[in-house]
Amino acid sequence: MAGLTVRYGLLEALTNVSLTLAAGETVAMIGANGAGKSTLLRSIAGLHAPVAGTVRLDGLDITGLPTHRRVASGIVLVPEGRRLFPSLSLEENLLIGATPSRPGRWNVAGVFELFPWMAERRNRPVVYLSGGEQQAVAIGRALMANPRILLVDELSLGLAPAVVRRLYDMLPALLATGMGILLVEQDVTQALRVSDRAHCLLEGRITLSGRPRDLAPADVEAAYFGLAKGPAAGRGQG
Amino acid sequence: MVWVNAIVQGILLGGLYALFACGLSLMFGVMRVVNLAHGDFAVLAAYLALAVITGLHVPVLWSALVVAPLFGMVGYLVQRFIIQRSLDISPLTTLLVTFGLSIVIQNALLEGLSANSQSLPSGSLASASFQVSSQLSIGYESVIVFAVAVVVLVGLQVFLSRARLGRQVRAAADDQEAASIVGVNVRHVYGVAAAIAFATVALAGVAFGMYSSFDPAAGPQRLIFAFEAVVIGGVGSLWGTLAGGIILGVAQVLGSQVDASFGVLAGHLVFLVVLAVRPSGLIAARLS
Repeated sequence: MAGLTVRYGLLEALTNVSLTLAAGETVAMIGANGAGKSTLLRSIAGLHAPVAGTVRLDGLDITGLPTHRRVASGIVLVPEGRRLFPSLSLEENLLIGATPSRPGRWNVAGVFELFPWMAERRNRPVVYLSGGEQQAVAIGRALMANPRILLVDELSLGLAPAVVRRLYDMLPALLATGMGILLVEQDVTQALRVSDRAHCLLEGRITLSGRPRDLAPADVEAAYFGLAKGPAAGRGQG
Repeated sequence: MVWVNAIVQGILLGGLYALFACGLSLMFGVMRVVNLAHGDFAVLAAYLALAVITGLHVPVLWSALVVAPLFGMVGYLVQRFIIQRSLDISPLTTLLVTFGLSIVIQNALLEGLSANSQSLPSGSLASASFQVSSQLSIGYESVIVFAVAVVVLVGLQVFLSRARLGRQVRAAADDQEAASIVGVNVRHVYGVAAAIAFATVALAGVAFGMYSSFDPAAGPQRLIFAFEAVVIGGVGSLWGTLAGGIILGVAQVLGSQVDASFGVLAGHLVFLVVLAVRPSGLIAARLS
């Protein structure tokens, strides 16, 4: 993905953002509310058309491809707020994830193996599930497409920290299957814990990039809040 | 016995209303499109059936087998190339576009086929009936129409709840964007829903043509009955649409027992009462 710029009317949500994602790699995108993180994921998924820049998969330009075709080529989004289908049961929500019929190891049985509690509640409407359970269904639904690239938007939103931790702890199992994961997260600690590389987004621009262990907390704080480096960085409240 | 007879006839008439209304309900439930040309498409289907009957010399029931699939294709194309474009702009545009379609159809029929009223020749079927008792006889024609309505509604229900494509229709109805996120081609799915809606409206149009005469301007009056059936039953619920159609049919026939001119008014009154007492309809449910 190179030089991506996205606008809502006059507002520029992303300015010249570039990043790469390799198979088996987790990249985290951190940043404050309104930094453009969700816009970035939605643009990669094909829900926003950029005014400039390109999105490439294996070197192939897919910038003009509609969302459902991107899913068919293996780019799958776990959207912010889960966006499950209320008139479908748990199992139907998973089954609809298999719409593009991509071959791979994930199917209903595989998802039930990952989340064993789902099997006995398969016929439940999803509205009766807790927030954490719904997030698990959203992940399962995305896995059903056998993604090559999994885009995860705000996994932690509205969930208890213990639940978030449990959800993040299953990421290695997914990475082992060779998919690449791009995470967008407000919970910086969680994001840095699980990722191989991280970028910090501020007002639509990448302000800091690197491997989590190379990133000094003060630098992250400065990049996150947009504070000038130096003495001022210490005053950020986080 | 007069009343029993009226109720039976009302139920059978209600089947026709339900058949007519289910396409309207489906298009609203899935795409949030209020198709104001729904009644005109039914009239157009009746004219097409007339052309098939006179052109191919086939009985009226066979003409439905030609007209319904043809209308399914028309529905897919109308959705993809006309309604979808207006949906991309705004819901109000969609309303104006279907209103425009209604005017275009009415005037094209008037221009091409004159204002003379027509009816579909249903031959011996029109008067054939079976005697249940000395005072109650039921026409085959209305039984066939009722049976077709039930089969269509049950089939549609099974399709939506069991088939892969039906599941995609429900998902797109719930959340269009989320449906595209899971790989559903929403525009195609909308086209399929419109195709089903148009095929059912074609069946209803042929049935209307057998029951009574039609002319190019007959669509909008009939559209009111479809709206009433949908609202009485509850928007988006197929069983509700069947129930709504039957209630409307029974009210109309009972009303016309009291006074021949009171039938349609009785239907409107029942509709108004339901709207006042239970605005969400008798069966408020989603498409499932």
